[in-house]
Amino acid sequence: MQFDPFVIPFNIGLYFILIYVVTRSVIWFHDLSKPDKLRLQRGFFGLAFGLSLKEIFMESLIHRKILKTNLRLGYMHMSLAFGWFLLILFGTIEADIFGAKHLNAPYKAIFFRFFNPDHGRMGFEAAYGFLMDLILAFILSGLVLAVTKRFYSKVVGMKKTTRLKITDKIALTSLWLIFPSRLLAESFTSGAYGTGSFLTGSLGSWLATFLPAQQMAYPFWWLYSISLGTFFILLPITRYMHIPTELFLIFMRNSGIKTGDQAGTYSEVQTYSCSSCGICIDACQLNFSAGITNIQSAYLMKAIRNNDDVSGIADNCLMCGRCDQNCPVGIELSPLRMIQRRGGEAVYDIRNIYKGYFRSRQTIVSEKAIGSLNYNFLPEPDQKKADILYFAGCMTHLTPTIKNSMIKILDASGVKYNFMDEQGGVCCGRPLMLAGLDKEARELINFNSQMIWKSGAHTFVTSCPICYKVFKESYYLDVEVLHHTQFIKRLIDEGSVKMNFLHKKVVYHSPCELGRGSGIFDEPKDVLNHVSRLEKCNFEDENSLCCGGSLANMKISSQNKKKIAFDAVNELTKNTPDILATACPLCKKTFSAVTETRVADISEIVAEALIIKPLKKISGSNITSIKELANI
Amino acid sequence: MDKFGFTISEGRQIDYESNDRRIAEYIFDREPSFRLCIECGGCSATCTTGNFTDFSLRELNILIKRGENEQVREKLKKCMLCGKCNLVCPRGVNTRNIVVLAKKAFQKSDEYAI
Repeated sequence: MQFDPFVIPFNIGLYFILIYVVTRSVIWFHDLSKPDKLRLQRGFFGLAFGLSLKEIFMESLIHRKILKTNLRLGYMHMSLAFGWFLLILFGTIEADIFGAKHLNAPYKAIFFRFFNPDHGRMGFEAAYGFLMDLILAFILSGLVLAVTKRFYSKVVGMKKTTRLKITDKIALTSLWLIFPSRLLAESFTSGAYGTGSFLTGSLGSWLATFLPAQQMAYPFWWLYSISLGTFFILLPITRYMHIPTELFLIFMRNSGIKTGDQAGTYSEVQTYSCSSCGICIDACQLNFSAGITNIQSAYLMKAIRNNDDVSGIADNCLMCGRCDQNCPVGIELSPLRMIQRRGGEAVYDIRNIYKGYFRSRQTIVSEKAIGSLNYNFLPEPDQKKADILYFAGCMTHLTPTIKNSMIKILDASGVKYNFMDEQGGVCCGRPLMLAGLDKEARELINFNSQMIWKSGAHTFVTSCPICYKVFKESYYLDVEVLHHTQFIKRLIDEGSVKMNFLHKKVVYHSPCELGRGSGIFDEPKDVLNHVSRLEKCNFEDENSLCCGGSLANMKISSQNKKKIAFDAVNELTKNTPDILATACPLCKKTFSAVTETRVADISEIVAEALIIKPLKKISGSNITSIKELANI
Repeated sequence: MDKFGFTISEGRQIDYESNDRRIAEYIFDREPSFRLCIECGGCSATCTTGNFTDFSLRELNILIKRGENEQVREKLKKCMLCGKCNLVCPRGVNTRNIVVLAKKAFQKSDEYAI
C-alpha cells in the first residue's frame, strides 16, 4: 500500500469538491421548471450533447473566444485550463501504465513522482517524462503571465483587471502555489534520484548540487498537497466556482434553456459561470469614458454571488449590450441585470462565510402591488383604419425633423398610412420596463395594442429603436413591426420611392437597441449605401458604441453622459465625414449636443435625396369622376 | 358692505414647521441634481402624460420640496418615465431618477405606503 500522510489535504479537498458539485447540481436540476427539465433531458440524449462537448473543449479548455480577442490573455487562460487538464489526463495515464497496478486512487496519479522516484530513467518512460515536463512548462509560462497581470494588467493587453475579495485572494494564492510547488517537489525528488526530464531533471540536479535534495523534497510535496486542498475547499465560495459551473451552463444553453424574466436555476448558473476575467470591464464605456469602475457586469455577478446589495450596481448601466457581446463565456449579462432591476431592493442576509457554501435561493421581494390602475386617465383607444401605421415615439417628437422626413417619405411612396401619435401618443412602455416596472409597462402596452388592433393595419413602422424593441418583443400583435430603416429599404427594393445620389461622406452609428438589441445591422447600411458614400469606422456592427443618452441608466449624471457622447463622437468622426448618420432620435439628440459635424437620422438623409413625383396629369376628357380623382 | 368687490381667499401659507421633508431628503441624498431644478417648467411642457392630464413634473418637484407629500403620492403614479423631460431639462436634472426614487421612498415609508 503506497500511502503517505501528506496526501491527506489533497484527498479531503478533492472528495469535498466532488460531493459538493454533485449536490449542487442535483439542487440546480431540482429547481428547474418542468419544461426546462424536459429540455435538459432531451438535450442530454440528443445533438446538444455532442455540441456541448465540442463547446466545452473549445471554450472551457482552449478558450477560443478569448484567444480571438486577445492573444496573450487567451494564452494565459488556455495554458492554465488546458495545461492543467492535460497534466491530469496524462498523469492518470502515466500512473495507469507505469504504476504498480491499474485503476489507481487519484492521489497516486497526482503525486506519481513521489511514489515512483526511480521512474523515468530511459526509453519510453523518459519520453513520457519529457511530455509531462513540457505540459508543466506550458502551465508555468501561463502562470508567469497571470502573476504579472495581477500587478501590471497591460502585459496581457488589458487596461483593467478585476478587483478581488479576500477569499478570492487566498484561492488565487493557492492556485498560484500549486504549480511552482509541484515543480520544486518533482525537481528535488528527481535531483535526489537522478531522474527527471529537461525541466524537473535539470533543475533538480542543479538544486542538488548545493541543497540536500532528499530532505527538501518532502516539505514541497506537503505544500503541493495543501495548496491543492485549499484551492478545492475554497472553490465554491470564490470565482473559481466557474470551472465546474460553466459545464452546466454550456449544456443548459445548448439544450435551449433561456434566461427569462425571473431569477431561477439558469440565472444562478450563469452568475456562477462568470470567471471575473474582466473583459466586460474593458468593453464598458462607463469605464473608459466616464470613469465609473464599480458597476461592470463582472462586479454585478460578484455582488450577486456574495449576497450584496446590488441595486446601486444594477441601475447604473446603459444596457448597451457591449459586455454581452464580449463575454467569452456567453453569459446573458443584460437579461441578468434586468432580473435584478425587476426584483427591486431585495432583503439581504448578514454576510457569513458558511452562507457562501449553502447559498439560499435568491429571495426577490417584489414591490408592493399597487391596486388601482396607474394610467386610468388615458382616453378610450381609437384609431382610423389604415394599412400601415406609423408610430413616431416620444423621442421622435423631440426631434421633429425625423418625423417630418418620415411623413415626406410616406407621402411620396403613396402607401395608405395613418400617423398613430400625430397629436402625441402614449409611451411604448420600454422605459418603464428598463426601470424594472413591468406591471406599469403592461398597462401602456395594452393601450397601444388596442390602438393598433383598431387600426387594422398589417404593418407597423416606428422611428425609435427603443419602441421597436418593445413592440417586437413584448407586444403580442398580429402585425409586422418594422423600424423605419427596414421600411425605407423595402420601399427602395419595391421601387416605390426614387432617390438622387447625394455626394456626401457618411459614417453610420448603429444604435444599441437597434443593432445589438434587435440584430438589425444591414438594412440601415444598405439604405445609406443607396443614397450616399458610406464610410467604414472602427466601431461597427456588434462593436458599435453607445451614445451615452440611453434611457436605461437611471443614475448617470448629465456630465458623464456628455463624456461618453463626446468620446463616441470623436471615434466616429475621425475621418471627418460630412454627415454622422444614425437611426435613433435619442442618439441624434445626444450627439448633436457635442459635435460640430452634422448629425442626421437616416430618414432625413433619404428625405433629402427623395425625388418627389409630379402629380399625374389626368389625360383625356375633362370630366372625371370623383373616384378617379381619389385614385391620383 | 358686500359690494366692494373684495373676496377672501383661503390661507396659502406653507408651514415649514409641520411639513414632512423626509421624501425630499431621501431624494436629495441619492440624486443631487434635484437641487439644480430652477422650476422652468420645460419638463411639464414636453410631458407625454401631461398631454392627457394635468400632470406636471414641475408641480411635483415643488410639492416634494415643500413636503406636501399627500398630494404627490397619487400624482406620481401617472408618470410614464418616457424621459422626454430628461432631454429638455436645461439644468441636466436627472428627472427620471427623481420619479423612481420618490416612488421608492413612498413604498418604504409605512405612513405613505400605497
